[in-house]
Amino acid sequence: MIEISNLTKEYGKIKALDNVSFTVEKGEILGFLGPNGAGKSTTMNILTGFISSTSGTVKVAGYDVLENPNEVKKHIGYLPELPPLYLDMTVNEYLDFCANLKSVPAKEWKNQKKDIMELVKITHVSHRLIKNLSKGYKQRVGLAQALVGTPEVLILDEPTVGLDPKQIIEIRKLIKALGKNHTIILSSHILPEVSAVCDRVVIINKGKIAAIDTPDNLSKKLADFSRFTVTVAGPENKVKDILSHLYGVKYLETSGKLKDDEYSYIVEADKEVDVRRQMFNQLAQHGYPILELKSMSLSLEDIFLQLTTTEEKEAK
Amino acid sequence: MLAILKRDFRSYFNSPIAYVVIGLFTFLLSLFFNDGLGTGTSDFMGDIVGTMSFLLMFFVPIITMRTIAEDKKNGTEVLLLTSPAKIGEIVMGKYLAAFSVFLVMTAVSFIFPIILIIFGKPDVALIASAYLGFILYGAVYVAVGVFASSLTENQIVAAVIGFVGLFALSAIDFLASFFSGFVAKALTWLSLAAKYEDFGNGIIDLTNIIFMISFAAVFIFLTIRVIEHKRWSQG
Repeated sequence: MIEISNLTKEYGKIKALDNVSFTVEKGEILGFLGPNGAGKSTTMNILTGFISSTSGTVKVAGYDVLENPNEVKKHIGYLPELPPLYLDMTVNEYLDFCANLKSVPAKEWKNQKKDIMELVKITHVSHRLIKNLSKGYKQRVGLAQALVGTPEVLILDEPTVGLDPKQIIEIRKLIKALGKNHTIILSSHILPEVSAVCDRVVIINKGKIAAIDTPDNLSKKLADFSRFTVTVAGPENKVKDILSHLYGVKYLETSGKLKDDEYSYIVEADKEVDVRRQMFNQLAQHGYPILELKSMSLSLEDIFLQLTTTEEKEAK
Repeated sequence: MLAILKRDFRSYFNSPIAYVVIGLFTFLLSLFFNDGLGTGTSDFMGDIVGTMSFLLMFFVPIITMRTIAEDKKNGTEVLLLTSPAKIGEIVMGKYLAAFSVFLVMTAVSFIFPIILIIFGKPDVALIASAYLGFILYGAVYVAVGVFASSLTENQIVAAVIGFVGLFALSAIDFLASFFSGFVAKALTWLSLAAKYEDFGNGIIDLTNIIFMISFAAVFIFLTIRVIEHKRWSQG
């Protein structure tokens, strides 16, 4: 549905995007993840034809953004970082204007408007001026705008920024629901959001792609160590001594005290070695029973930090 | 294009701007009209329309200052430019909305000639010719103002650029007087005031009409270029 190849954007000497390539399949929700200033918005602005690229090609539904910008624009609904709202209009007037702008036939529009407003739950504010709406509602009106004309592709730039937790959950649900009928690219710098909503993740840092994969695969692939929490009954210093001498253990930390002589620890070990058996045997020999043993998978957050900080080291 | 024209035009009348501009303009005219009545004839309307075109220099930038600058500031520029509408259509829509406000302002000023026609015997053809010149003048001024608005995202800056631009345009004749030969000729050729004078004297010359319309078209074209340039900019 969307093909981006060798996309580069230069602002003077600064490379905002450096040879970025990826594709998005039809019906997929792709998460676009990166720290602030990584090039997420730049990519989205190029994708929607708002700015041009320095080199590289972007194809949406088979049309090239440079050669056929109007065809591409017909296929895309875009919610920029700052929702593009006319504050002096009511929600109704604004959506009517968007429909006119996107040349939605008047016959279809009546029903479509009703559906969109119900979907994003703004029917009850449709007669209010946009300037009097709360931030969450403004965001929804912005999203409604992107849905006008039922485009196949939705591009959402940080759709949950500035919303309260309840609104964030609602918008995420909404995006998931929209994903059934749309191809969606969603940018964010919030990791749980991306892992909760997206089928695939592109991690971008300093204009370059650091990784592309499903959230699960990313956690598996990038973790070169396994991590456990273990709760053991026994004096802290002795247990720590035993654990730290196990073959393959790289890192050990007391994470909490439950009772007297009952502590939980975080253990990180080489992936190739299964330290759990050793752990059991050694602790049993010394008479310190394991009360709980749990494997912790690396969160997307860890991977993200790992990827973006190694890049930094390389740069230096 | 029509969607933008309608939206922008309504937006003018949803804010105090249109009312203030039209009200103030009409009020100033009424003062001049009152003065004119003192002359004891009914053929001073041509002069008043002349004064009106001078006043436009101050009023048009206030009408046009928001056209594109406001969209840039609010982020609605993205909405317009990522919609399937062409840049030319967007600019034309915005231009025509501002021009329509100017036309409403012009229509309100019809009160004065109508009073004259009811109570006196003015030369109606002359007034019509002067008004035609005035409307063409407005078409050019609005184009310059829209262009100024495309250069910045600050409305006040847009108004100031617009005013300076229009001032420079109306000072062309004065500038020309410093030169001789070809330069003077070229500058006089560009002068809007000279063209307007013909209309004020009741001369409707097709060359002048085409000149004014082309002049406006050039600035609309420049506005489109400015917006396109921004899209392609590498800076």
